[in-house]
Amino acid sequence: MKLISCEGVTIGYDGQEAVTKVSFDLEQGDYLCIVGENGSGKSTLVKGLLGLIKPQAGSISFNGIRQNEIGYLPQQTMIQRDFPASVTEVVISGCLNRRGLLPFYSRAEKNRAAEKIKQLSITDIKKKSYQDLSGGQQQRVLLARALCATEKLLLMDEPVSGLDPLMTADLYQLVAKLNQTQGMTVLMVSHDLESAIKYSNKILHLKTETSFFGSTADYLKTEMCRRMMGELSDD
Amino acid sequence: MIELLTQLLSYGFVVRALIVGGLVSLCAALLGVSLVLKRYSMIGDGLSHVGFGALALALALNLSPLEVAIPVVAAAAFVLLRISESSRIKGDAAIALISSSALAIGVMIISYTSGMNADTSNYMFGSILAMSESDVILSVGVSISVILLYVLFYNKIFAVTFDENFSRATGTRASRYNTLIALLTAMTIVVGMRMMGALLISSLIIFPALTSMRVFKTFKQVVISSAILSVVCFVAGIVLSFIFSFPTGASVVVINLLMFILFSVIRLVKNKI
Repeated sequence: MKLISCEGVTIGYDGQEAVTKVSFDLEQGDYLCIVGENGSGKSTLVKGLLGLIKPQAGSISFNGIRQNEIGYLPQQTMIQRDFPASVTEVVISGCLNRRGLLPFYSRAEKNRAAEKIKQLSITDIKKKSYQDLSGGQQQRVLLARALCATEKLLLMDEPVSGLDPLMTADLYQLVAKLNQTQGMTVLMVSHDLESAIKYSNKILHLKTETSFFGSTADYLKTEMCRRMMGELSDD
Repeated sequence: MIELLTQLLSYGFVVRALIVGGLVSLCAALLGVSLVLKRYSMIGDGLSHVGFGALALALALNLSPLEVAIPVVAAAAFVLLRISESSRIKGDAAIALISSSALAIGVMIISYTSGMNADTSNYMFGSILAMSESDVILSVGVSISVILLYVLFYNKIFAVTFDENFSRATGTRASRYNTLIALLTAMTIVVGMRMMGALLISSLIIFPALTSMRVFKTFKQVVISSAILSVVCFVAGIVLSFIFSFPTGASVVVINLLMFILFSVIRLVKNKI
């Protein structure tokens, strides 16, 4: 089943097009990685999918999921790193989309947050302050918050940037497990092509326009992929 | 001490100052946590200068000060927020521009109509005598609605403060809550301005939140601590102002500064242990 279909989506800022005529489909259970160089429109496309920016042309349609039911793991901003908030406060804020205009959290949301905290094994730090956590722990907390907000789709924008190799591997494992055992659909923006190829089943390569969209196996055969991987091994 | 307090409370103007000031301090502290964390501290400062201009205008036109100042400052809050959100103009520069212009216009109106005198100094630095009977009623109404709205929207305000993009992505109308915060701030500033002084009112917003963040590390703790701290500092400031006849605003700010230093020391000691 197609969860999201993008048809010829064009998004721009200040008169410049950051994403031009991009089309792709996201099926339930997919692990889709969006790759591309800096400035290729990856983050802009994500903002479009989340409804933070309106596309100038084309359509984004949702099927079996509402736009506000996407579990979003954003790039961390500097503000958050020294924010006074407990882990529980951050995680439960992911349940806000279930509340509508009702002001307070009910028992159901508190239980849901506790369950996600347990699932991501951050129970022992749930009373700690977010600002005192390591980068990897902070990502787990934000992931728990994203899981509170969604049943079906996780959308992650550069989730491993700033993490050390151990934490990076740990986060990839966690996401792969969610994808395989719980059927969570994953859409990840990534710089890390190697891991993108290792874990994903589909790749969308952006260069403002769609350079490639298809299965990861097909992507490996392309010239573009070989060039990107070649560049990687040259480093 | 008790004698002093009964003496204090026997004056109607002190009781009025305590009621209004206590409520305003509470509101300012609640809103301040979000404003400081969102890096909007200067909005409070900018708005108070706009408030000064509006007040001067109201006096010149012989209108009720609060009834003119509240809509003007609310409109300014709306504009400042829009400017901060748009990436084209630098938000801090825009705030400085608006606030100094409003102050300048206010000073010109005052010197043209009544001349610079003791009243002007009271507007700038605050006076315990500023509140009349009808001001009290209006301020209590405004303060109570600020507190009610804050409590009702507490969870959403937290989410929008912590991560605006996430809350927008999950269907919270973030700009609506930003506007709510700005409007509540505008009302709080206007109501507190004449007692605290136009130049000093923004300290009520910034100090309690910053002080609390020295020691406390969850949002709820910071909010509660700010609220308590703010009211305590205000009452202490009034007492100080009454005993030594200092300007009210300045006394409250100095007490807040002392608390900030105290909390910073506590943090240092805590980190050492």
